[in-house]
Amino acid sequence: MARSKYKNSAAFYDVDGTLISINIVHTFTFYAIRQASLVEAARKWGTTAMSLPLFWAADKISRKWFNELFYRLYEGMSEDRLVTLAEELFEEVIEPKIYPRSRALIEESRRAGCRQVLISGALDFTLRPLAEYLEVDDFIANRLEFHDGYATGKLAKPFVGGATKANIMRHYARQHDVDLTESWAYSDSYSDFPMLAVVGHPTAVNPDLRLRSVARSYDWPVLDLY
Amino acid sequence: MRAFKPRYRERAREQIVTIDTDSAPRILFYGENFLLEDLPVGTRVIYPKRPLTGVVNPVATIRYALNHPLDMDPLHAQLEPGMKVTIAVDDISLPLPIMRRPDVRETMLDIVCEMLADHGVDDVHIIVATSLHRRMHDREIRRMVGENVWREYWPDRLYNHDACDPDGMVVLGKTRHGELVEMNRRAAESDLVIYININLVPMDGGHKSVGVGLCGYESLKAHHTPRAIVDSDSFMDPKNSALSHSVERIGRVCDQHVKVFHIETVLNNRAFSGPLDFLMKNEDDFTEADRLKFEAMKWTLDRMPYAARREIFMRTPAAYELIACYAGATDPVHEKTLARSYEQYSIDVAGQADILITGIPYISPYNVNSKALNPLLVQVMALGYYYHMYRNRPLLKDGGVLIIAHPCSDKFDPVHHPSYIEFFNRILPETRDSYVLEKKYQDEFAYNPSYVEMYRRGNAYHGAHPFYMWYWGQRGREKVGRVIAVGTDNKTVPDILGWERADSLAEAVAMGRSTMGRSAQITMMHHPPILITDVS
Repeated sequence: MARSKYKNSAAFYDVDGTLISINIVHTFTFYAIRQASLVEAARKWGTTAMSLPLFWAADKISRKWFNELFYRLYEGMSEDRLVTLAEELFEEVIEPKIYPRSRALIEESRRAGCRQVLISGALDFTLRPLAEYLEVDDFIANRLEFHDGYATGKLAKPFVGGATKANIMRHYARQHDVDLTESWAYSDSYSDFPMLAVVGHPTAVNPDLRLRSVARSYDWPVLDLY
Repeated sequence: MRAFKPRYRERAREQIVTIDTDSAPRILFYGENFLLEDLPVGTRVIYPKRPLTGVVNPVATIRYALNHPLDMDPLHAQLEPGMKVTIAVDDISLPLPIMRRPDVRETMLDIVCEMLADHGVDDVHIIVATSLHRRMHDREIRRMVGENVWREYWPDRLYNHDACDPDGMVVLGKTRHGELVEMNRRAAESDLVIYININLVPMDGGHKSVGVGLCGYESLKAHHTPRAIVDSDSFMDPKNSALSHSVERIGRVCDQHVKVFHIETVLNNRAFSGPLDFLMKNEDDFTEADRLKFEAMKWTLDRMPYAARREIFMRTPAAYELIACYAGATDPVHEKTLARSYEQYSIDVAGQADILITGIPYISPYNVNSKALNPLLVQVMALGYYYHMYRNRPLLKDGGVLIIAHPCSDKFDPVHHPSYIEFFNRILPETRDSYVLEKKYQDEFAYNPSYVEMYRRGNAYHGAHPFYMWYWGQRGREKVGRVIAVGTDNKTVPDILGWERADSLAEAVAMGRSTMGRSAQITMMHHPPILITDVS
């Protein structure tokens, strides 16, 4: 059966809320409560909890602002520990939260011949185990800056999120000979409108209200993976 | 009163009524509402036949068919303990509207499953033969198969066919015309396939049941083409349908690989009953009560929101009755089924029409329990189904004018018809040429992973399905001179479909006469229920 129609196509997936039902706040909380000392864990957890309204407001204004504020919470965490905890995080938190139909969607897309790429504002060490589990071709994620093995609380450039996802996808397409007009993008959030708009086949997945409305307006398919 | 009664009886038998100066206005379906229109004097109105009397005991009729099959041993004689049996059953695309419970499929399944159990046949799967139609929702399957089968078989041994499952399909070979034959693996590897059919119109059933119902996209591509549609004169006349010929060839290849015991049923056309029974009548024969019922219904519908109107219609099942059941080998069974089907539907009509008027109802085979009859489905009802409701010659002469009544709203069900939305808004404005669409875009939609996922695990029609809907109207588009839509609520949809608009039926008729002349022969098809014209 002639299924591999799309030779120069890619499928770009946002991750949090699209393929899995958790977000970066959940993942940070996991890291925060597993600090070396109880006092430090309590401090990180308390700071996170108190900052939630601020994060919510920042996310409404700009995903970039949200990420800049949010990743400051990682300041001082050890790189080794974060990488080790990432494996644990995947097994305990992320894997059970993968939507049942996420793997199936990726499988359909792979069968159609598309290159599989995760593109997420999450951190690279968090995303790696998921990318391996889903057997995707590539993943693009944010990277923390480390100094002497400890996180500075800043993100390495280029920042992945919002409008920059579209630029990163364009760059990726040039590098890998991918035709974006024959490619797919999947996201759950209106903040990912640029990454959806840059491909020929945008698909809203488990969309928030705003994206659902946009998808209806632009006649984009809406897919519910749960 | 003495003079009235014989006149009533006489008129009630007439299938073709000619409008006179004192004739009552006629009711036309108009989506989820009705139009009541005065037709020009001299217009022929063709009514469906009255429902044939249903069999007294459907269970006994089905059992008799199983025990006295055509060109095959009785079903019980073919069963052995330990054998592998697959029961395939028609999906919810028919009958229309959905029938009252018990659905005749439930009755057949209860009988067949009991017989299988009595003979020690335990390896039994029931597959809803959806082909590229949408997966039926759980609640729909439950309603269709009934509680006994649901409890016993769902979900491991009762499920929807999946035409895109790479492991679930198997290639059986090719026909002598080179058509690829793919089939559901479970069915292909069974010792016996029992097909449970409902025959609503003559294009249903026969080899189409297994050859299409259990096939995959690559197989369907062979005959769901603009060329096959254009060469089908008409869908309702299998002997003259290229589509039907191709399906027959595919069915014969299936028969070489797997033993199929076919059970076909024919229903009468009692689409409306109870408070809606006046819709089955000639308007000249309406009683005061009928008139009041219609006016009350129209008054209510006019004031209800669209979704509520749709819900009411969708939740009003039809009182169809079983009028025949045949079982055995596919060809002889289908021959008998067709004969009985024509007995219910066919009406002799003298001469073609220059202008054909028809209302388009709220339902089609492809939007049961959907949120709308979307524009592509309106198109397929008009130029696909209703244009093709003939044998011998089309009711509408070549170059004639087709007038339809429907709002043609720009409404789609995003869950059931996601690929239709893209097809209608992105592809169709570029070209209406079916041959270009087929070559340029069909595979793109068919292999689109989002649509494949929505078909396989959601409840969406296959990505290529809107193409078939467009091809379905190809013969109509080539033969009909003008299509005029009455009462459309927007300009965009008719424009994209290539249709003209009229605000009223009178205006549409005037537009039609401007092409066909003042003395143009005008005919109205008064359906649903279904009718098929035998045009001399």
